[in-house]
Amino acid sequence: MKKSLRANFKRGSMAGVATVGATALLLTGCGAAPSSSGSSSGAAKSDYTACMVSDSGGFDDKSFNQSGYEGLQQSVKDLGIQEKHVQSKADTDYDPNLRSMVQQGCKLTVTVGFLLGDATKAIATANPNSHFAIIDYNDPTFPKNVKPIVYDTAQAAFLAGYLAAGTSKTGKVATFGGVNIPTVTIFMDGFSDGVKYYNQKKGKNVQLIGWDKDKQDGTFVGDFKQVDKGKVLTQGFLDQGADIVLPVAGPVGAGAGSAILEAKAKGTDAKLIWVDSDGYVTAPDYKSVILSSVQKTMATAVETVIKDDKDSKFDATPYVGTLENGGVALAPFHDLDPAVPADMKSELDQLKKDIVSGTVKVESKSSPTK
Amino acid sequence: MSEKTTPEPAAPAGKHAAKEPAADSPMQASPVEDVASGVVIDTAGGNIPPSAVPSSSQSGSIRPGPGDSLLRQIFTGNAMVSLLSVVLAIVLGGILMAVTNPKVAATAGYFFAQPGDLLTEVFRPYAALVQGSIFNWAGTDTAAQLYPITETLTVSTPLICAGLGVALAFRAGLFNIGAQGQIIFGALFGAYIGFTWHLPVGLHLLVVIVAGLIGGAVWGGVVGLLKARTGAHEVIVTIMLNYIANFLLLFLLTTPAFQRKGSTNPISPFLDQNALFPELLGPQFRLHAGFLVAVLATAFVWWLLNRSTVGFEFRAVGANASAAQTAGINVARSTILVMAIAGALAGLAGITQVSGTEKYLSGGVAASIGFDAITVALLGRSTPWGTFFAGLLFGAFRAGGVAMQAQTQTPIDIVLVIQSLIVLFIAAPPLVRAIFGLNPRKKKPTQGGTAGSKASGVKSGAAA
Repeated sequence: MKKSLRANFKRGSMAGVATVGATALLLTGCGAAPSSSGSSSGAAKSDYTACMVSDSGGFDDKSFNQSGYEGLQQSVKDLGIQEKHVQSKADTDYDPNLRSMVQQGCKLTVTVGFLLGDATKAIATANPNSHFAIIDYNDPTFPKNVKPIVYDTAQAAFLAGYLAAGTSKTGKVATFGGVNIPTVTIFMDGFSDGVKYYNQKKGKNVQLIGWDKDKQDGTFVGDFKQVDKGKVLTQGFLDQGADIVLPVAGPVGAGAGSAILEAKAKGTDAKLIWVDSDGYVTAPDYKSVILSSVQKTMATAVETVIKDDKDSKFDATPYVGTLENGGVALAPFHDLDPAVPADMKSELDQLKKDIVSGTVKVESKSSPTK
Repeated sequence: MSEKTTPEPAAPAGKHAAKEPAADSPMQASPVEDVASGVVIDTAGGNIPPSAVPSSSQSGSIRPGPGDSLLRQIFTGNAMVSLLSVVLAIVLGGILMAVTNPKVAATAGYFFAQPGDLLTEVFRPYAALVQGSIFNWAGTDTAAQLYPITETLTVSTPLICAGLGVALAFRAGLFNIGAQGQIIFGALFGAYIGFTWHLPVGLHLLVVIVAGLIGGAVWGGVVGLLKARTGAHEVIVTIMLNYIANFLLLFLLTTPAFQRKGSTNPISPFLDQNALFPELLGPQFRLHAGFLVAVLATAFVWWLLNRSTVGFEFRAVGANASAAQTAGINVARSTILVMAIAGALAGLAGITQVSGTEKYLSGGVAASIGFDAITVALLGRSTPWGTFFAGLLFGAFRAGGVAMQAQTQTPIDIVLVIQSLIVLFIAAPPLVRAIFGLNPRKKKPTQGGTAGSKASGVKSGAAA
């Protein structure tokens, strides 16, 4: 008897909750439906659909997936096109994700990273009427409907190496990478050559630790995730006397940033050079120590390719980002501008001109073939 | 599901009863409670440490008491809990998607003016999930319409194979977290044979499969050996071996032996055409003969567990290792053997990856299959065919998740959330039963057991 009373009470309380919920729904759900003939604002809507498939890093990787995605978003805003994007959680997702993009009626599908190379090639061969673009990878056997978007990052990294060698007070600069793959080591090659060029020109002996260009071997985290390891490596470099560090490891750069901030709090003067995007903007936590950044302007490249395809001007010639076309660049010095002497700035400008004209040759085993 | 009703190992049960006769009588006095939990966890008064394997996935179980109606057994049984867990997870996942979708909030504002809008927004992701995993009603031709179901079968193939490996170890009382490493080893061995050797059609694939089985068996067998000889806990050992396998793979992919010629990226060459599973439905579908191998593997595990002496010994060890030992079963041998077979099954999953869908070896060849396999085995209650269907369900989630993300831009992570919720609910059967009002009520020993339990069984059956 007692039991059934309790059960009744329980039911009663549940009914009460339901009533409250229903009332809340009633109160919030009374608005008027929007008229179906809504006026479209902004750029004229187009039926053209551009799509993007990330690699397993995801669109929030603060690196090339994110930059590429920003380019896609920008195109939607500027060109009034439709977009679809899918994230890959694992290497095994690439093929099905690409297929689903084609099935969704994408005119151009942008894939991000060398990991998607084989899948892109296979799907592009099977769907000759769809267009594809792939960031940071080129394969001479790609079919005619794939446009590779690659970067000769060594050119901008060369400037960064020259800048680092010229601003270092201890005469030692350092770099480390995420994984020993071409898109990473191309930064390190350029950086190494920049330091060497400075030594030659000025008769100095600034040392680089963390990368040996001849042996193509150096210090690596092992992946692009272990931020703590990036911090440990950077502390090690600082202990060895380096005062400028170039982490080429995407989000792991944050570990280097926090190690340098800590060192700075203890009175050691050290600086950071960011990669891929302008770190002053994308990693503002470390803006007080970011000297400059080796930028790959992927968003612009993606938007250009999408715009060309929309205007029926698609071609399969690789887009190679260089200092000349602004695809790669050395970011502004921002807060650390006073730390860079005026001489250095003019030398960098001249050096940039020399690289563009070909007077100074920047060579890396990992540079994209033209 | 037929193996559910087969008699459990008699020898250890008999020993058990002889050792602790008192334990038997309370079981019969309140059978309802025990049937509900499905399992008796026997720690011999604290002398045996409790197993890491969830009780619902262990071998030990007792037959339902005589007083239970068939209906009640079905509704309080483990299969029902699995089904209800899936239902609950899907409902919760739906709520989560609805709450986080700004369009839902927008349409909720005028719910009473146009209720259709809100409902469309709420159900759109799941519609896309079905459209991407079973049947695409928007497809222009038959091939496009049937593509989703073939994709589900393709994606579920490695999940089933690896899930069987985990389930088999569960039945022997071992928590095999190492499926991930065993998949990698299977893929590593198989892929190497696949791209270095050049053998005739048929033979090459066979050799690749055998190599994969050996690779997985070695990596699994090491665990069994360490457990049997030194008592090292299999959970720790398998987790560590996963790391070793993963980093070994990453290292090997940077060596000339494994790296593709002319490439500095960590990707292996393509496997020989002869080393690949034949496509079952032509090149526009990814479905390959590996799926048939997964079906065969399921049948094999069923036979092994329910019809073979070795399988009987596995289950006996899983039910009570000490009792099995007393009954004359070589526990060490069983432990090594079951881990080797479990590893071989996971290795087979690796082969279905490299010879089936991927066609080359990369650092992410195993994706998260080894960990999803644990979920699959749990959902399948460690029974071979249960694991098979759980694998199909998870394959459908995976395949449908792609379409859901592409069509409705719902984050793919929601699929992981649903999978995790399923595991959460399966781990807590009383919670699921409580939510659906199926919890067996405790009977007073003085009451007439039969009539009462029958009545409550029918009642809860009607309620559901």
